[in-house]
Amino acid sequence: MKILIVGGGMGGTILANNLARRLKSEMKSGKVQLEMLSASDKHAYLPGLLYVAVGRMTPDELYRDQASLLEPGISFSVDPVTQFALDKNQVVTKSGRTVGYDLLAIATGSRIYPEAIPGLKENAEFFYTEESAVKMFNRIRQFQAGRIVIAMGVPHKCPMAPLEITFMLDDYFRERGIRDKVQIHYTYPVGRVHTLENVAKWAAPEMERRGITYETLFNLKEVDGAKKVVKSEEGSEASYDLLVSIPAHRGMEVIEQNKLGQNGWIPTDRYSLKMEGRDNVFVLGDTTNLPISKAGSTAHFEAEVVGENIAAMVKLGNPVRRYDGKVFCFIQAGSEKATYAMFNYTQPPDPREPTRAIHWFKLAYNKLYWVSARGLL
Amino acid sequence: MAERKVIDARGSFCPGPLMELIAGIKMVGVGDEIEVLSSDKGSAGEIPQWLKKVGHEHLGTSEQDGIWHITVRRSK
Repeated sequence: MKILIVGGGMGGTILANNLARRLKSEMKSGKVQLEMLSASDKHAYLPGLLYVAVGRMTPDELYRDQASLLEPGISFSVDPVTQFALDKNQVVTKSGRTVGYDLLAIATGSRIYPEAIPGLKENAEFFYTEESAVKMFNRIRQFQAGRIVIAMGVPHKCPMAPLEITFMLDDYFRERGIRDKVQIHYTYPVGRVHTLENVAKWAAPEMERRGITYETLFNLKEVDGAKKVVKSEEGSEASYDLLVSIPAHRGMEVIEQNKLGQNGWIPTDRYSLKMEGRDNVFVLGDTTNLPISKAGSTAHFEAEVVGENIAAMVKLGNPVRRYDGKVFCFIQAGSEKATYAMFNYTQPPDPREPTRAIHWFKLAYNKLYWVSARGLL
Repeated sequence: MAERKVIDARGSFCPGPLMELIAGIKMVGVGDEIEVLSSDKGSAGEIPQWLKKVGHEHLGTSEQDGIWHITVRRSK
């Protein structure tokens, strides 16, 4: 049996390692072949970019060689897929190779799409790529006084990022001793400061305590860079000296080009994680169209379910588990404290008061991530 | 002819049904309809609130077996 994983991010990597362990003897005997195709020879710890943007990590801390993370026996190539021929159980790669499969897992991830909002790309600072995070850090380092506006597109990856960058900017300017010269104004698309009600109940008074102003029901429409004004779909405007944005995301272009899903999100069964209408194609991580957080932990928990199910299909003939929608998100509440939210399809999160202990655990996880990627944690 | 798309946001705490609608409404044409399915009764209040503020049309809300069906039309 040939199992093909397309995408070497968190979901694809954990799935590959999970399968390599579960199917070790089958791979050794030649009954199962496991191959991964990725666009890069590097694996990035993307949540670290938040820390880069405020000068608390450097980019070199965020990368490992992808091959070094994979279990022996996994065939790995830097050769991204350009065509999905699902009816033939084949993909075609950039190098022109045709690769067949019996089971396919698509974990190609997502990308920021600031182009959706006129003026956003040219006028806002981001932290979702290495280049933009470094640029943002240097910009805030030079910032001496004025009004910072935080605005976001929908959907976006890492739903805690808007709050995290806001509180971290607050602490950053306090540490520089110029917080009294810097106004921070937070905007948010729905009618409270975070979509999770229990998180919003904690975050709104925390913003008030820190002197951060906010406006809800604010969805990015356009940015007027000449006037330094950001306009909302709802008709309001916010003037800024420095605009920080979490842009809307889309799935990868190859998914759109192959017509696998609108805006690059593949229609996926919420429990089996199979692509709708396809019994031998699994989808995980940001690539799905599921109404759950686009976050590394989602990809992680989905990969464990898909790994167990594919192994069971090999050994027993059928999958054994359903994905229950499990998500776990750390919430960095400034530079010294953190908390977390854990939830699934039926249980809402109930985050505790932020503590220093969770903050230190989050910093430890920034290093432990590499153990997670190997499928050990 | 206007089309109707279903956004199945049952069990969505984050990003949540309203955020799913905000993302989804950009993926349909002006005049098209969307039916949002939500297991959160709060959606019955917050989705019409946003529609009114942003200027899209709220066509109706019904509840069946604990699932709210909120129908909207993209107006602009």
